[in-house]
Amino acid sequence: MAVADKPNALERVASDPVSRRKLLAVTGGSSALAAFLAACGSDDGDTTTMATDGGAKTGTEQFGKGDVGILNYALTLEYLETAFYADVVKSGLFKGSDLETIRKFGSEEAEHVTALTGFVKQMGGKPAPKPKTEFPLENAKSVLELAATVENLGAAAYLGQAANIKGASVLSAALSIHSVEGRHAAALNTLLGKPITPDGAFAKPAGADEVLKSVEPFIVG
Amino acid sequence: MSDQILAQPELAGVSIDSDSEDISRSEVILKGALAAGAVYGALAVGPFVGRALAMSESGDVGILNFALTLEYLEAAFYKEAKTRAKASGELKSLIDLVGRDEEEHVGALTETIKKLGGKPVAKPKFDFPYNDTAGFLALAQTFEDTGVSAYNGAAPQIKAAEVLEAAGSIVQVEARHAAAIRLQNGDEPSPVAFDPALPKAKVLKAVEPFIQ
Repeated sequence: MAVADKPNALERVASDPVSRRKLLAVTGGSSALAAFLAACGSDDGDTTTMATDGGAKTGTEQFGKGDVGILNYALTLEYLETAFYADVVKSGLFKGSDLETIRKFGSEEAEHVTALTGFVKQMGGKPAPKPKTEFPLENAKSVLELAATVENLGAAAYLGQAANIKGASVLSAALSIHSVEGRHAAALNTLLGKPITPDGAFAKPAGADEVLKSVEPFIVG
Repeated sequence: MSDQILAQPELAGVSIDSDSEDISRSEVILKGALAAGAVYGALAVGPFVGRALAMSESGDVGILNFALTLEYLEAAFYKEAKTRAKASGELKSLIDLVGRDEEEHVGALTETIKKLGGKPVAKPKFDFPYNDTAGFLALAQTFEDTGVSAYNGAAPQIKAAEVLEAAGSIVQVEARHAAAIRLQNGDEPSPVAFDPALPKAKVLKAVEPFIQ
């Protein structure tokens, strides 16, 4: 999270394909730190991995170092979205065009899962495990509201990581997913009669710790 | 070099020697108004600008001016649409909202370019060929989807973290606009799982017909 280091790293990486590859090799080497589910375990009050000082693992570092950590963090969110849409489809709460939209969004999230998994492996990392999830699916309106919340959060989560990403190709991939999450969010907001750009002309980012705290209630083990 | 970049747009970030290209490409649409697009002010204030100067080879100003041109186009398009698109109800509100966002993007990009010691490009004159609501919506969809791909294509080349964050927060809003406009057209808001990234040259070619 050393903000001051980013431009140097970005500049170095962006300007030199060789050093970019080296960086990938280095960051890919030590990536099995994930243990996300341990950190997010349902009612376990243990917060040792969330300590905020010095070298403690917070944010995306819980999932691995550097870009692998960021990718695994994104993968966890995509797993969650994919599971959510699958549950919604099964719930029988939607029909017709709304159901088609939900299916479509779900299949896109599943493609994100596949792509991110591939990326993590390509970098020599270990993909984060698929979390066990549970979502309150009471009625169509509350489900759409939850979908909008999750998508808006997902878009903010990607935006929050953009400047932390070191590899140009990882950044490209993250951006191409980020704007799709933004599209999903806007479409769901439209269905709900909510503003398509709730933050105004400039979308707001969300940090990993904030995002993880928000999705914690849906992760059951 | 540029052929190589076009062949691998996803790796466009590996190019740094882009200042001279920024000028020549921009001239295509800006008719020379951009002579100073990649010229950085000698001195300016603040740590932000200090860092930018340290990266004066990076071409962030060139990218921002490219984005500014697209935002000028969109802002002008929606401004005209208030009287030309024959919209009412929900679409009218959407035009107002999107137009306001694009104007804010113009303002923010202009400010950022100045902060970096660059010179914002002049606003081109535009010509939007449509006669009715359907024609307006078709063009709007093209502009918004192209805008998303333009930012996604250019962003990996951005060097300064703050500039990248700003571009990210704008592209997400463009994506939201695109989804809303597509819904108005009865199209899928999110047609593919990965928004394509367009290289600058292709974006410029796409918008060139609308610039007088």
